[in-house]
Amino acid sequence: MLDDFFIRAILAGIGIALVSGPIGCFIIWRRLSFFGDTLSHSALLGITMAIFFDINIALSVFVVSSVIAIILLKLQKTTKLPGDALLGLLAHSSLAIGLVVIGFLSSIRFDVMGLLFGDILAVNQNDLLLIWIGGALILLILKLIWKSLFAATVNYELAEAEGMNPDKYNTIFTLLLAAIIAISIKIVGLLLITGMLIMPAAMARNISNNPIQMVKLSILGGLLSVLIGLFSSLEFNSASGPSIISAALILFCFSLIRFKKLSELKK
Amino acid sequence: MNREKKILLKVENVSFSKNNKWLVKDVSLEVKQGEIVTLIGPNGSGKSTTAKIALGIHKKIEGKVKKFTNKIGYVPQKISIDWTLPIRVIDFMSLTKEPTSEQINIALNLTGVEHLKNKNLGNLSGGEFQRVLIARAIASKPDLLVLDEPVQGVDFKGEIALYELIKKISEELNCGILLISHDLHVVMSATDFVVCLNGHVCCSGTPQTVAKNNEYQELFGDRASTILSTYEHKHDHTHSPDGTIKRKQ
Repeated sequence: MLDDFFIRAILAGIGIALVSGPIGCFIIWRRLSFFGDTLSHSALLGITMAIFFDINIALSVFVVSSVIAIILLKLQKTTKLPGDALLGLLAHSSLAIGLVVIGFLSSIRFDVMGLLFGDILAVNQNDLLLIWIGGALILLILKLIWKSLFAATVNYELAEAEGMNPDKYNTIFTLLLAAIIAISIKIVGLLLITGMLIMPAAMARNISNNPIQMVKLSILGGLLSVLIGLFSSLEFNSASGPSIISAALILFCFSLIRFKKLSELKK
Repeated sequence: MNREKKILLKVENVSFSKNNKWLVKDVSLEVKQGEIVTLIGPNGSGKSTTAKIALGIHKKIEGKVKKFTNKIGYVPQKISIDWTLPIRVIDFMSLTKEPTSEQINIALNLTGVEHLKNKNLGNLSGGEFQRVLIARAIASKPDLLVLDEPVQGVDFKGEIALYELIKKISEELNCGILLISHDLHVVMSATDFVVCLNGHVCCSGTPQTVAKNNEYQELFGDRASTILSTYEHKHDHTHSPDGTIKRKQ
């Protein structure tokens, strides 16, 4: 029989995979992989803030990530620096401030490794509720704004000209990204969140030819990564978070092989 | 049939500057139902900018833009679509609106690219993609079409056919069209109203009056003014199959 903690880990992983699948597709389409990195770095600041002010971690991470994301959107419009430079600026400064604040908190025991890599096996029932309810909300909003956000992703000017309000939906998407980082930070940790967002979607890109198919395959890839990763961590006693990402990497490699075969068949 | 033509778009004394340089200054124009208004002018004269102002893409402007419809179709001059996005022609067709599959088929058929329906956008040639762009803009029967160099990269035969299609669309859908074109032949023959831009409105009016305008002749050179006369010349006779000229009564 499986232990309770393991079942909770599986449920948590499935919840995250369901949400990170579609969001990850948008991240790839909009070339935002480094944006995810920046947000997850800023999440460290969010966590230290939570400990400092003694408030809920997910809430604090969400607020800090949202603020950073909105600062970025503003900077992009007002400065002439390219997007990647701004992302680097924000990522490193928020990480640095986070570490400085941790220094002041030295009296409190602080598991930095846990923060960086997460601990999916330590998930409790409250975490599960947060992931599933928060995740359901994110998916619901994403479904509601899908058409406008997709149009804005394909081409900003077309969307603006034909009345789709791309600025508004870009902002909402940024907030959704902050939200998914907030709910998944405890599970996969800072360093692996973007992996979970990008790798299943990257795998799906290799084997799909339309957007809906890519979203479905990305969710499927995320689910498989979670299951394979968790069971192998049980089997080989490996760290669970990194095992999930490694599983995703293996799936990605398989998608490359399959892609080649398919295109050869077409010839 | 002498219905009152509804005004669809009204641009009033609009100016737009970027990096302390005026791109357009004090431009006014209006587009009515069933009418083709064409913007002409040399490179950098603010044609595309004017179109983008009219569409609301450039927002920090002086002056007023009034739109009397929300059903707008746009074919931009330059479009960069990221090919990290797997998207088929058929997905692209319902990007901003929800045309029925019949409307999609008709539109693709009109621009001659129905066979590409299930192809990926990334695999199309420049001309094919341009035809898809036009099909997308007309599929859901808009009231106002803004076409910025719509036939660039299309082969010669297709070019003529597409301009004829544009003319036909404006008549059939009774929609207004704001057209940007370099092709003076087309402008002078298929257009109801011409606005000649060079940062500001140089001159405007029917093709006949614009062609006689001095500023227009200065901008486009001597040959430009002969275009219209060749065109009008075509109307006073026809050719029989052996090439002899038949005069009209």
